[in-house]
Amino acid sequence: MAEIYAHLDDVTVRYGEKVVMQNLSLDIVEGAITCIIGLSGAGKSTILRLLNGLKRPNAGRVFVKGRDITQLPERELIGFRQKIGFSFQFAALFDSLSIGENVALPLREHTKMTDPEIRNLVSQTLEGVGLSHVEERFPSELSGGMIKRAGFARAVITNPECVLYDEPTTGLDPIITHLLTDMIKRLRAKLNATAVVVSHDLESIYLMADYVAMLFEGAIIAYGTVDELKRSLNPIVQQFLQGSEVGPIPI
Amino acid sequence: MNVLDEVGRDTAGFFNYAGGVTNLVAESATFIGRFRIRVRETLDQAYLLGVQSWTIVLLTSLFTGMVFSLESAVQAVQYGVGNLVGGAVAFTSARELGPMLSAVVVAGRAGAAIAAEFGSMVVTEQIEALQALGLSPIRMLVVPRLLALVIMLPLLTIFADIISIAGGAWIAQASAHISFESFITSARQTLPFTDVLKGLIKSVVFAVIIVAIGSYQGLGTRGGAAGVGKATTGAVVTSIILIFIFNFALSYILFRQNG
Repeated sequence: MAEIYAHLDDVTVRYGEKVVMQNLSLDIVEGAITCIIGLSGAGKSTILRLLNGLKRPNAGRVFVKGRDITQLPERELIGFRQKIGFSFQFAALFDSLSIGENVALPLREHTKMTDPEIRNLVSQTLEGVGLSHVEERFPSELSGGMIKRAGFARAVITNPECVLYDEPTTGLDPIITHLLTDMIKRLRAKLNATAVVVSHDLESIYLMADYVAMLFEGAIIAYGTVDELKRSLNPIVQQFLQGSEVGPIPI
Repeated sequence: MNVLDEVGRDTAGFFNYAGGVTNLVAESATFIGRFRIRVRETLDQAYLLGVQSWTIVLLTSLFTGMVFSLESAVQAVQYGVGNLVGGAVAFTSARELGPMLSAVVVAGRAGAAIAAEFGSMVVTEQIEALQALGLSPIRMLVVPRLLALVIMLPLLTIFADIISIAGGAWIAQASAHISFESFITSARQTLPFTDVLKGLIKSVVFAVIIVAIGSYQGLGTRGGAAGVGKATTGAVVTSIILIFIFNFALSYILFRQNG
């Protein structure tokens, strides 16, 4: 029986008048890669923000390792988030800091490591994501793929127990996409961490996912392994997987 | 009913804004009280927000002192009280013009810079990234700017006072033949040192206003590039209005006894 790392329990999220999630429940299995798919604007990224407390639900609860994080005050959430890495869609690197300083920031703020130790670990982590000798460069000097990889490095440098990836391969060429997909798998194996990936990229999802959840109109309409999802009889799931214009999904 | 709705919404919005700014200042003060300060970042911000503002402070205070002296010196000499011009210029500069003008120009420069920088960081998810890394944006970003400006604005105010008085003395001599010695003697006799200190107290309050409003507006940015522009404009306008209001209130409180 797989251990549950996180559980969204009957969660409702609204942005103003718009209801993004309605009584949504979802389990995230510990140590597995769970991919969340769905239409643009369906609320996939909101699930990631719920999981690390960046977003509080309007109703329902979010449990991480059995602990209800929806009631935690911001001060406690700050400590809690140190255990969860977050790789943003556009990396969200701090443009006033060099790549090395970006990746080193969580270590400088949360550990008592010495400067040489930090530099050493930053170099190793950057090499681990295929980036060498870029420590002194600034985010504006790197390509999209390199920025994403630097974002990965920053998200995993503290050895988090869970890593959240928001659209890790969007807008990248097939080679870099394959490289990053492989990297997510390797990082999971290396850190033994739970991973939650939000993506539209079905090829990548088929390669890396242990479990896939499909979000549609504020609810999870399908959940299972890649094979289970492919065999789903739900016409919405089938239309989405086939990328067809014809079907029950309104365009 | 619609008017009442609107008044209600605006009132709620006002208290929401005031509460948000107060919270931000209180949280910053908590970090400062616990010495959770990023010293290097604070020094960098002191340079960016303070030292780099010296030219605009110099120009505004110089010309304000000069024009004040120009307007008053000729009239004063005609009425035979030319020996009072130095006192008038120094009195006004140290108590009102120095602190307020420095604050207004710094609000236009540093307040706008803070709001624009934070706004861009919100739009590019950098603020969320800080939170996701388990870091408080207030400690990382607001506290260094707050400390830097609380130190630098009083220094800029002293600089503005000196430049304003010096400019006034020069114009008084050039336009009304009031000697430099007479001007300075009058200034020293009229202006007590406590008034200079009270002017500096004002500048500390103005520094808090500039950073708090700039930060609050910037961190509350919504809606892309247009949102950044709106936040920046809002920060400057709100800061300047508050500087004028607080200047009056502080003058009333600080200078009431000695007139």
